[in-house]
Amino acid sequence: MKILTGNDLKSGAVTWWDGQGWSLHVEDAVDVGEHGGDIAAREAAARRVVSPEIIDGTRDGDSVRPAHIKDRIRALGPTVRLDLSLKRADPAAGNWVI
Amino acid sequence: MYVYDEYDQQMVDARVADFRDQVRRRLDGSLAEDQFRPLRLMNGLYLQLHAYMLRVAVPYGTLSSAQMRMLGDIADKYDRGYGHFTTRQNIQYNWIKLEEAPDILADLASVGMHAIQTSGNCIRNTTSDQYAGAIADEIVDPRPYAELIRQWSTFHPEFSYLPRKFKMAVIASDTDRAAMRLHDIGIQLVRNAAGELGAAFYVGGGMGRTPMIAPCINAFVPIDQMITYSEACLRVYNRHGRRDNKYKARIKILVHELGKEEYTRQVEAEFAHLLTLNLEPPAAELERIKAQFADPAFVPGLPDTLDLSDPAFALWVKNNTHTHKQAGYVVVTISLKPTGGIPGDASADQIRLMADLAADYSFDELRVTHAQNIVLPHVRKDQLHALWQKLAAAGLGAANLDQIGDIIACPGLDYCSLANARSIPVAQKISERFAAKEEEIGELKLKISGCINACGHHHAGHIGILGVDRKGVENYQLLLGGCEGADTSLAQITGPGFDENGIVDAVERATDVYLANREGGERFLDTYRRLGMAPFKEAIYRKEPA
Repeated sequence: MKILTGNDLKSGAVTWWDGQGWSLHVEDAVDVGEHGGDIAAREAAARRVVSPEIIDGTRDGDSVRPAHIKDRIRALGPTVRLDLSLKRADPAAGNWVI
Repeated sequence: MYVYDEYDQQMVDARVADFRDQVRRRLDGSLAEDQFRPLRLMNGLYLQLHAYMLRVAVPYGTLSSAQMRMLGDIADKYDRGYGHFTTRQNIQYNWIKLEEAPDILADLASVGMHAIQTSGNCIRNTTSDQYAGAIADEIVDPRPYAELIRQWSTFHPEFSYLPRKFKMAVIASDTDRAAMRLHDIGIQLVRNAAGELGAAFYVGGGMGRTPMIAPCINAFVPIDQMITYSEACLRVYNRHGRRDNKYKARIKILVHELGKEEYTRQVEAEFAHLLTLNLEPPAAELERIKAQFADPAFVPGLPDTLDLSDPAFALWVKNNTHTHKQAGYVVVTISLKPTGGIPGDASADQIRLMADLAADYSFDELRVTHAQNIVLPHVRKDQLHALWQKLAAAGLGAANLDQIGDIIACPGLDYCSLANARSIPVAQKISERFAAKEEEIGELKLKISGCINACGHHHAGHIGILGVDRKGVENYQLLLGGCEGADTSLAQITGPGFDENGIVDAVERATDVYLANREGGERFLDTYRRLGMAPFKEAIYRKEPA
C-alpha cells in the first residue's frame, strides 16, 4: 500500500493520512493509491501538513507497517524512549521496529 | 564569564522579534515552507524525525548557573522533560512546537542565549577546551579569543552564505581536548621564542564522509592579527569553495584539491591585502572581553588533600577530576553516561540540579564538553565529597570519564532524519556489556555515528562505530585507531559490518586482544598503534568452531 505521511505544521508531530484528515496513529493510515501527490499538495497548501511524503507499507489486519525502518521509528517514537511512544501500552513495541 | 552588553542583548532581542514575525507569517500562509525553511534553520530549528528540534548555542561550551537553569526549565515547559547535549558543546530539544519556538528564543534571550549559528552555511558556534581557565597546562585562557571570534562571525555579512557550514575551535594547550585539528579552522594559541602570544592556524580538517586532519598553514600569527587571518582563510574558501556539489563543498576539500601550499599562498596574499584595511577589532575590545574571564575569587591556602577512604568516591576522583591550576581546587567532569543510559541526555531536574551545584560549588559556572558531559570547573577539594554525594544521588555519579562506557553517540535513527541506523541502542548495549570491565580496560574512547555525517565522531574513536543502511537493515562498521588529541589520527575500518548484537561482540573481541597484549601502561590506542590492525582483525572475524 501507499501511505501518505508528514508532520503537523504547528506541532511538528508525525501524522498519517487517514482518508479524511491527519491521524497521529499509523494504524489509521489508508492506501492513497495514485492520489498521494494530489492530497499532499492540497494539504500542504492548506498548511495542515509540512514535508509530506508518500511511502510504502503493508496492512496486516488492524496494523499498518511502513516498509522502511525509518518510517517505523517515526510511527513509534524513539525506540530508546518507549515511555514517550504512542504505543506505550505495548511493552514489545520496540520489537515492531526491527 | 562573558555577560552580554547592550549591543549583544539588542541583537538577540531583535532576532527573537524577527523570528516571531516569521513564524506568524508561516502560520498564516504568508510564507511557504520553502521560503520559511532557511529562516527557521538560521534560528536553529530543524524538522527532525518526530517533531521540530531546536539546537541552542552554548558558545565555547560555557554556561552560567542561570543559563543552565533556564535550559532545564525550557526542557520542562516546552519539551518532554529532557535535553540532549551535543558533540559541539550545544544542547538540543527534540519535541519543539513551531508555534512555541519564538517564546523559547525569548526565554533564552532573557539569560543571554540564542540559537544563532547552530545551523546553515555560516560560521557555526565556536568550540573550545572545556577546562579553559581552570588548568595549568594552558598558556592563556582561550575563551576571550573564542568570544572575539563569536562577535566577529555573528551575522558576518560576507560569511552568512558560505559554500557549506564552517566550524572553528580554539585551544591554548598542547593537550588538545577539543578535537581542534578536525575542524574547518583549528586555532592553537601559542607563544613564540620571544614570549609573544600568537595563533597557530590549522585549516581544512573535518570528519563527515571525507575525514581529514587539518594541516598547519601558519605556525604563528600575531594575536592582534588573528581575526584578520581568519578573515583571509574564509575569503579564499568563499571564493573558491565548491557550490555545485555539497559533498565537496567543505574547506577540507578545497585545501586538499588546491594543496596546502597553494591554499596557504592565497591566504597569505589575501591576508597582506586585509592588513591594509585595518579589520582587526580594537585591542580595547579584547581587553574588555578578557576582563570578563578573570579568575573567580579563589580562596588561597585551602587544604590540597582529599580523604579517599571511600572506595567509590576515590574511583570517581581518580577518573572524573583533573588537577586545577589553583591549589585546593579540582576540575570536575560530570559524566552523562550512566550504565545503559542515553549518552548526553539529561532530565530537566538533572539540568537544574547541575545549575544549583555550579552555584554552590563552582563559582556559578559550567561547561559542556564535546564528549557530551558537563564540567564544573572550579570545585574546592574540601567540598568535593559533598558534591559527589549529591551528584550520585541524582544519577550523575558515573565514574567512567574517557572509559569505554563514556561513549559519544549521535542521536542516530531514533531522532535524526539524516541517520541510517540507530546509535543509542548500540551505545547502551556496549555500556551494559562492559560495565564491570571499564576499570580494567582503562582509557578507551568509543564513538558512534548513525550515518556518514559523523556527528558521533566515529573517525576519531579509539574504537569507532558507523551505522549504515544495508538494504533497509541497520548494519554497523567497526573502526579502530582514531584519536582526536595532539596526536590526531583517523580510525580505519576493520572489514565487513555487523548487526546490532554482532557489533557489541566485535568490540569485545577487540578489547580482548588489547587486554591480552598490552604492555606496561599502554592504553587501547597505544597497543593498537604498536600491533597494527592485523591481530585485531583476525580476532574480530575469527570463525567460531561449529
